[in-house]
Amino acid sequence: MSNSQISYDTQPPQLSGIGFARWIWRQLTSMRTALVLLLLLAIASIPGSIFPQRSQNPLQVNEYYGTNPELARWLDRASLFNVFSSPWFSAIYILLFISLIGCVVPRTWEHFKSARALPPMTPKNLERLEEFHQFSTNQNESELLARTSSELKRRRYRLRTLPDSIGAEKGFIRETANLLFHLSLILLLIGVAYGSLGGMRADVIVSEGETFTNVATSYDSLSTGGLFSIDDIPPFTITVKKFTAKYDLVTNAPIDYRLDAQVVDEPGKVPRDVVVKVNKPLTFGETRVYLQANGYSPIVTVRNSAGAIVLRGPIPFLPQDGNLTSIGSIKVPDMQPQLGFVAKFLPTFERTAERGGFSTYPEALKPVLDLAAWSGDLGLDSGIPQSVYRINTEKLEQIGLAALSPGQKWELPNGVGSITFDGFTPWVNLQVVRDPGKAYSLVGAVLILCGLLVSLFGRRHRIWVRVSQKDGDTIVQVAGLTRSPGLDEEIKTLVGLLRGEPLTVRDSNVEE
Amino acid sequence: MSKSDLAYLSNDLIYASMAICALAFLVFAYELAWSIRLGEERTTLARRQKVIRIAQALTILYFLILFAGVVTRGLSAGRAPWGNMYEFSITGALAFTFAYLVASLKYEVQWLGILITFASLLTLGTAVTLLYVPSAPLVPALKSPWLVIHVSAAIISGGVFLLANCIAAAYLILEQMEKKRAGARPEWAMRLPKLETLDQLSYRLVALVFPLWTFAIIAGAIWAEAAWGRYWGWDPKETWSFITWVGYAAYLHARVTAGWRGKRAAWLCLIAGSTFLFNYIYVNIWGTGKHTYSGL
Repeated sequence: MSNSQISYDTQPPQLSGIGFARWIWRQLTSMRTALVLLLLLAIASIPGSIFPQRSQNPLQVNEYYGTNPELARWLDRASLFNVFSSPWFSAIYILLFISLIGCVVPRTWEHFKSARALPPMTPKNLERLEEFHQFSTNQNESELLARTSSELKRRRYRLRTLPDSIGAEKGFIRETANLLFHLSLILLLIGVAYGSLGGMRADVIVSEGETFTNVATSYDSLSTGGLFSIDDIPPFTITVKKFTAKYDLVTNAPIDYRLDAQVVDEPGKVPRDVVVKVNKPLTFGETRVYLQANGYSPIVTVRNSAGAIVLRGPIPFLPQDGNLTSIGSIKVPDMQPQLGFVAKFLPTFERTAERGGFSTYPEALKPVLDLAAWSGDLGLDSGIPQSVYRINTEKLEQIGLAALSPGQKWELPNGVGSITFDGFTPWVNLQVVRDPGKAYSLVGAVLILCGLLVSLFGRRHRIWVRVSQKDGDTIVQVAGLTRSPGLDEEIKTLVGLLRGEPLTVRDSNVEE
Repeated sequence: MSKSDLAYLSNDLIYASMAICALAFLVFAYELAWSIRLGEERTTLARRQKVIRIAQALTILYFLILFAGVVTRGLSAGRAPWGNMYEFSITGALAFTFAYLVASLKYEVQWLGILITFASLLTLGTAVTLLYVPSAPLVPALKSPWLVIHVSAAIISGGVFLLANCIAAAYLILEQMEKKRAGARPEWAMRLPKLETLDQLSYRLVALVFPLWTFAIIAGAIWAEAAWGRYWGWDPKETWSFITWVGYAAYLHARVTAGWRGKRAAWLCLIAGSTFLFNYIYVNIWGTGKHTYSGL
């Protein structure tokens, strides 16, 4: 920072109380601190891209715990699985926020004041400035100044006219844009903070044919910000009429997902038909509904030893790979002893000795339901929350294995009952998101870009012209001051013009 | 012409462009070796310039064939050719070479030709051997007009960032040489621009393209809001784009506000550029986020 114009007092003064607080504030709001904090924020985000994050991939975090339990515990203590909501990340974020405000707001005020002031007085010794030119001419003094001022006005300079000289200044917009850039950064940060405080994010799995009512109790998972109130949830309902997925026959990659649904915006309103796609969410005011994932729900019927139905319906299974090999569990608590099935749904069935059953294509071309039946206590009354996709087999005993095609029935051993694989239906994962801050973030981001463009390419120039008499001739002095390129050209053409030399090509274009 | 014909044609064009690029590289290298042996004598100058012109013409030919290869790839898939890492790479090489050719219209940068052709060969070679995937339609999340806007902005800024980095690296190497020889350069390096010119050039390129990079991130955020339900989620690719943005922002700040020049600025430029490369290579291939479209 060799030719930096700002001096930093890095030694704390021997003061107590207010003096020390003022020193801390000056340090925090210096531009250098803001820059260091910005760099720190970038460095602090690196571990978030190296370690799995709970907010993005909780399963991977669990895997990490499985393979490296001791290390994982230490990483967790340092919040390395929750980097972006960790105390140290928030600390940098908040300090940066304060530092930016403390840095930019006073500068904006200064800029506002100087924007209304006249350009600076003409310095005494113009020859010490950049791009100094001097020539003598026989033209009239006042006429020369008049021509100078009209020429500079044409080039959009602001002028201060003195008896023997003219001071001109241009390019205020550069600093204005620079400040706009930094103020917009603050607006963006406000948008991010407001969005996470006043927002919510929920997931719900809906099978084809089912209707989802948007109330807090229907969600499978829900996370809310500190300022979010349950009343902010709009009371719409969505009926999943049909879900269509298209896949590429060569690569098995998905080509298109399409959800046909019927929406009722508020109770009592007329239902309307909509199509939801991956890049086309539904919008209800500040809340949007996204089509995020899909899978299959096998439909089964379980009967007891007497032949009475104890369970019937579609049960959502969790996809494990791109070919939708899906795992799930079928829990039948209303039997004595209780019955549970650890199950795998394979849309296009294949089996090898080493992998067991798996699917080779995501569409249901040859659907098979693999079942392992367990009998005993499902442990649902223990009070410990259980995954709906898994069964805790601690207090269960395996009684048999089977692989069923649609329509097939399996009579369970020992006359316990039977299970029928009736068919399957697709399910979709709808994500309900409310982000009240995103409009502010967007405006902030667009203004950041505008500010950046103008401040990088805008040019600030100052030019002074002074005339004096010597031996009957008029001496003209021209000089300038700048922090951006282009001033030399500007001054050369001005000097040429005042001397009455032929215009340069560039200028003559302007004239015509 | 059917779509698979177009896909084969595209592959042939890419291979052809690599052959021409290799030729251009050899001619650039020949010229360099020649000038190291003979030194900068007046008598050979005109002949050497003729050789450079040949190399430059080959580079233009290579660029045109690669351009055709990228376009036919897009036509064969019925979309913008930016769906996986193979396609990012061939388009990246195209952008990189385009930036060089445009710069050579205005500045004396032909000396960079050997670096540009070498880097292009490396990129294309990796693309056809390690990254190749057959031409295929897009996954649903990529079906959006934002694909063209976001990815083209990111690729162009990447190409220019890398060009600025080559120049910064050249600055550091020449600076070291001049220091060792007390201000003099080895003879073959005489024709390279002055150190100050290199310094200015890499700064101008970064300043020119930094707003475009900012735009690429903003466009990506708008798209992510529609496709993934949030505009910013600290996905690894997003995180590293942010780090690159901060890196170059610090570079511009250091130059404009604190007056950094020369060695320190060049190192900062290289650090910021390496975060971009890391994002492109590491996060695309080994990353776990939502941006894993390498197709590998």
